[in-house]
Amino acid sequence: MRKFDTKVQHLKYKVLREVAREAWNGTLLENALDIPKKIVPGKQPTMRCCVYKERAILGERIKIAMGRTDDGKHVIEVIDIACDECPAAGYEVTDSCRGCLAHRCEDVCKRGAISFDHNHVAHIDKTKCVECGQCAKVCPFAAIANRKRPCQNACKIKAISMDENKAAKIDYDKCISCGACVYQCPWGAITDRSYILDVIDMIRESEGGKNTKVYAVVAPSISSQFAYAKLGQVITGLKELGFFTVVEAALGADMVALSESKELVEKGFLTSSCCPAFVKYIKSAFPELVPLVSHNPSPMTAIAKYIKQITPNAKVVFIGPCTAKKGEVQLEEVRPYVDAAMTFEELQALFDSRDIDITTLAEGVLDNASYFGRIFARSGGLSDSVKQALKEQGIEDFPLKAAVCDGIEACRTALLKKSKNLLDANFIEGMACMGGCINGAGCLTHGEKNKAEVDKYGMEAYEKSITDAVSVLK
Amino acid sequence: MKITVCIGSACHLKGSRQVVTGLQYLIAQHGLGDLVELGGTFCMGKCQEGVCVNVDEEFFSVSPSTVDEFFTKQVLTRL
Repeated sequence: MRKFDTKVQHLKYKVLREVAREAWNGTLLENALDIPKKIVPGKQPTMRCCVYKERAILGERIKIAMGRTDDGKHVIEVIDIACDECPAAGYEVTDSCRGCLAHRCEDVCKRGAISFDHNHVAHIDKTKCVECGQCAKVCPFAAIANRKRPCQNACKIKAISMDENKAAKIDYDKCISCGACVYQCPWGAITDRSYILDVIDMIRESEGGKNTKVYAVVAPSISSQFAYAKLGQVITGLKELGFFTVVEAALGADMVALSESKELVEKGFLTSSCCPAFVKYIKSAFPELVPLVSHNPSPMTAIAKYIKQITPNAKVVFIGPCTAKKGEVQLEEVRPYVDAAMTFEELQALFDSRDIDITTLAEGVLDNASYFGRIFARSGGLSDSVKQALKEQGIEDFPLKAAVCDGIEACRTALLKKSKNLLDANFIEGMACMGGCINGAGCLTHGEKNKAEVDKYGMEAYEKSITDAVSVLK
Repeated sequence: MKITVCIGSACHLKGSRQVVTGLQYLIAQHGLGDLVELGGTFCMGKCQEGVCVNVDEEFFSVSPSTVDEFFTKQVLTRL
């Protein structure tokens, strides 16, 4: 079965795997420069103009794979030599234009930007065009194309522009590290920094739990990942890698659902604080709404804090679908609790760097959270959980009116309305990725059926209520 | 005295919540709240023998049906 959606992910995985392999052996510094030739042997290029460029780009990928949590560098980075400088001309008439009679493009254009040559073929006057796209919509021959860069198209908050050399450039004041551009760039020219070296160091230093205990906190979206094996085998695989034990981030979500519902009743209005990309977006684009953001930590931080309270020599590594979490763990208020964050993509690379074939392993168990904690992974789940938490606490006189925002564009609309006092809701559930965490940039695979997988996983939870799930935590 | 109950996945599925609530009830009933500290942990490395319970570093395997017996034999006798 295919492990990844795209060949870009596969290439990134190969780099991470080789870097990790050398790191486990303690030979990374000696051998790092040999990795590009290992991945691209021979003289025939398969990706770019020549093997030398391919290897040069791999060199950059290796540097990014060797990030350190405290190096202060950005989580999302452009590899400028990998950027193909895609055309970014906006709407253009292609040679499919047949010079028809109807000229719907001309009629629909409110700016008068369309004219015709002696063959009646349409032309767009770029000085007048405002990129509304109406002409492309009405053309019966689909002859008008939008030449927008995939990265710019993916970045709904418009943090990507072009630098003087036409390579993509990220405005880090705006960037929320959601990773949409990472997943969408067809050249793999934008990528997320990896902190697997920190994770490998932690595991090596723990010496199987003798010195420290390295906890893996896994996000509930794991249920839709590693589809080629069973979830229980992934859990055993994590222990084979050297993690002391595995705990569900969803138990942190149960904790958050309870306290967030209380906070909501007390304040009357809240936005969620689970999605670090959403929170960062509020801070950068709607600073006046920051006081309305829930003061609860994210589920990851909540459970990590608990683990560190009860286990003096614990280290916590978050494993999830999210690139923005890599930024969250660097925040001052989170750093004491979570030592590193990594993605499912990176976990696959770690398994293979140790030649662990999880399909051959016995099934372990993972069961800490309730149905409600687990469905945080998909859009709408957080609101359902807050509703349930109100019910379980006997708060019946607070009518929850949730604005479920699926994707950062929906978040922007709701926040804009709230800033103008036009929002008919008392709770904003903000998720930067469409569909929720199950479509995070760090997932191995993305797809329609992932939501059903998360719901199924939720139903399988031993605990049926939030209160029962958190009752063991004192 | 410190009693630690494992609340990790394997023990959870064997009923660690019931063990925790059982102990909480018995501690309260006997008025031992000041003498016995009840805590949790996520793994004791003996998942096969769960629910894993430690009483001052000594290991016991307890199940929801043996909580009462465990409490009488191992907790009350040590106080």
